[in-house]
Amino acid sequence: MISQLSWKIGGQQGEGVESTDRIFSTALNRLGYYLYGYRHFSSRIKGGHTNNKIRISTKPIRAISDDLDILVAFDQESIDLNAHELRPGGVVVADAKFNPTLPEGINAKLFPVPITAIADELGTSLMKNMVASGASWALLGLPLEVFNKAVEEEFGRKGAAVVEKNVEAVRRGSEFVLELAGGPLEEFKLQPADGEQKLFMIGNDAMALGALAAGCRFMPAYPITPASEVMEYLIKKLPKFGGTVIQTEDEIAAITMAIGANFAGARSMTASAGPGLSLMMEAIGLAGMTETPVVIIDTQRGGPSTGLPTKQEQSDINAMIYGTHGEIPKIVLAPSSIEECFYDMIEAFNLAEKYQCPVIVITDLQLSLGKQSCDELDYNKIVIDRGNLVRNAPELEPNQLFKRYEFTEDGISPRILPGEKYGIHHVTGVEHDETGRPSESAVNRKKMMDKRLGKMDNIKVTNPIHVDAPHEEPDLLIVSMSSTGGTVDEARVRLEEQGLTTNHITVRLLYPFPTEQFAPYAEKAKKIIVLENNATAQLASQIKLNVGHADKIESVLKYDGNPFLPSIVYNACKELV
Amino acid sequence: MATFKEFRNSVKPNWCPGCGDFSIQAAIQRAAANVGLEPENLAVVSGIGCSGRISGYINAYGLHGIHGRALPIAQGVKMANRELTVIASGGDGDGFAIGMGHTVHAIRRNINITYIVMDNQIYGLTKGQTSPRSAEGFKTKSTPDGSIESTLSPLEIALSAGATFVAQSFSSDLKQLTTLIEEGMKHEGFSLINVFSPCVTFNKINTYDWFKENIVNLESIPEYDPSNRIQAMTKLMETGGMLTGLIYQDKSRKSYEDMVVGFHQEGISNQDIQISEADFSKLVAEFK
Repeated sequence: MISQLSWKIGGQQGEGVESTDRIFSTALNRLGYYLYGYRHFSSRIKGGHTNNKIRISTKPIRAISDDLDILVAFDQESIDLNAHELRPGGVVVADAKFNPTLPEGINAKLFPVPITAIADELGTSLMKNMVASGASWALLGLPLEVFNKAVEEEFGRKGAAVVEKNVEAVRRGSEFVLELAGGPLEEFKLQPADGEQKLFMIGNDAMALGALAAGCRFMPAYPITPASEVMEYLIKKLPKFGGTVIQTEDEIAAITMAIGANFAGARSMTASAGPGLSLMMEAIGLAGMTETPVVIIDTQRGGPSTGLPTKQEQSDINAMIYGTHGEIPKIVLAPSSIEECFYDMIEAFNLAEKYQCPVIVITDLQLSLGKQSCDELDYNKIVIDRGNLVRNAPELEPNQLFKRYEFTEDGISPRILPGEKYGIHHVTGVEHDETGRPSESAVNRKKMMDKRLGKMDNIKVTNPIHVDAPHEEPDLLIVSMSSTGGTVDEARVRLEEQGLTTNHITVRLLYPFPTEQFAPYAEKAKKIIVLENNATAQLASQIKLNVGHADKIESVLKYDGNPFLPSIVYNACKELV
Repeated sequence: MATFKEFRNSVKPNWCPGCGDFSIQAAIQRAAANVGLEPENLAVVSGIGCSGRISGYINAYGLHGIHGRALPIAQGVKMANRELTVIASGGDGDGFAIGMGHTVHAIRRNINITYIVMDNQIYGLTKGQTSPRSAEGFKTKSTPDGSIESTLSPLEIALSAGATFVAQSFSSDLKQLTTLIEEGMKHEGFSLINVFSPCVTFNKINTYDWFKENIVNLESIPEYDPSNRIQAMTKLMETGGMLTGLIYQDKSRKSYEDMVVGFHQEGISNQDIQISEADFSKLVAEFK
């Protein structure tokens, strides 16, 4: 019996690839397997090859696999484009409709199943997904009643007749393939999972849920791939909590509305990707200058310009750190796991209010959209800290304004909300004095700049880096961010088997860079390898700038639109040592 | 109850002597007192330009943002705390050039805020360039041979975009202006008030005298019905947009806040944001 397996479904966009994946993985989740998904899709509504890959395991996993065990193909193109991933002895379940063939040199078993024909016979080709997922399920020899339960849940609200038809499609698909294969495939028999259903979500879901838990009640946003799921989740949930989402006319409206809302005391955020973030930069400067808290999610995708809108990249690091004109206090957080996507939103809102500055939470497409199993989320970790927020301030002298920008030891001034009787003050993006009145005084200017930027000196963020350092003086210190971390850990197992000692740091706080925490590990490593999905080594540049050791830093860069695979990391590290 | 004096502060405006913006400031202060507001319950959000400074000249909460974005900021303030009265303000460049996209969508959205445009048909703070409101042929530093772009008619655009309150006034007519701002504040939805506010330094064409000669005051047309959208559009076209008074009001449409399902009367910023364990467990369970 095996402990993990990879399955992929391919076809034309809009013909049921997504739903086949959803129903198949939902059923697997019911059995308690850990899942990690990857979506390959294009920026169009219908047509064009698309595929979804799922890794199924009895243990937690955070990476896409190098190879593939089972490929389900709705068309020949899906076979041609993906068969090379199949490991020797792998299986292709293909729609008999197109007389599928395997490309030359591919050592796999081909099972043509009349997927479309069965679906058509049952009344609608929409049921292809049921036939295909039923066939996959049967090959793995998993209990059919569990699958049927998942089908019932998916279609229950459409009535018993619909459920029955879909169950029938599953049955026909599974019977047909078992006949061809002569029963479930022994070599793909998975060890039983723990039977505990896991949370199963994408990073965008986790961030949206995290924002809601953090007390975010207003989200202005503009749709964009791969960020839209955040607003789509919150528009469903926020009204139940007294809040709402506004779909704005553009990203500039989204960020400025969020800034206005935070000024008035609501926890508010927006979410976008590179193009939207580019538009928001002036407003992020306003938030920095006026010391208004605001949280912004940047789900990185392939840039520049429209770039590769549905593909993986980590090329916004510099833009997020340096993006606005002038110099402002700012925090850039990069969660690297599905759980962190949730918890980091809570911390992001707390940091934004504590340090009264913009906080950017940066993910990448794979982390944002890859569906994966998630550990239980701990309610007790939802702690809301609103920082130096003053309520019921004492009476002011006539004509005296509240000192919203009072000089204090740590640079953090009392913040008060409109509606407070003795809190009236003015906020402006023009340089201002302690009461918020415009001031061009050179003395005031310098003091205010020092106050704002000085807040960055004392920023306390839990776990600014994640360290897995079993070795005192490793051959390699591997550095990664966002979704790359899990891939690195898989590669490390193989590297260690080859006798190489490796430590691993995932950078969580990109700005201000956690130099103090990072330096000791850099110091002791013989070589530092920084892995990132961009062409100009942006993360490595931050390390060189803040920590040093330029002489022993090597970059492994991947900017072809696809995430790293364990084999790529392994080979690159082997080569560089 | 606060008097208009309580909406004053000690800051001396940096506007040129004779600038129309002084009267608009006074009208806002009077209107705020007349509708019974307390300074702490008013938020004035402004854009960039001479007019943008107004948020600092009124004793109320003020936010002076970035060029062209007064409206989205103001809408954010209102959505966060609908118990506040929110005024957005800025110049014609702010609202009808760089911020025009926001203006149209704020009109469509109909959040209950009042937008006062201080329209001087020129860029003043940058020292005399053309504006979308400048007349064709208008000579400025950026149009030395005269503007060759057509003049924008913001109120016609507002009507087309579904505005529920459209008014126009002239800074010299403090009485009318104050009344219109009061009406705008009382209106349950987005109110647009465009105010002719002469720039005495850079606009030698659209002067106080020029406005006095060209303005058609709706008070002089007793049969005018501000609930008639077609008539409003016709009158605007007939007069080349030189109308003052309440041009159009639709009292039947609810504000955005009133149309959001589940939106409370209590401002978001006054609500408890801690999620209960029961609610959280329910949300989490949906992902199983």
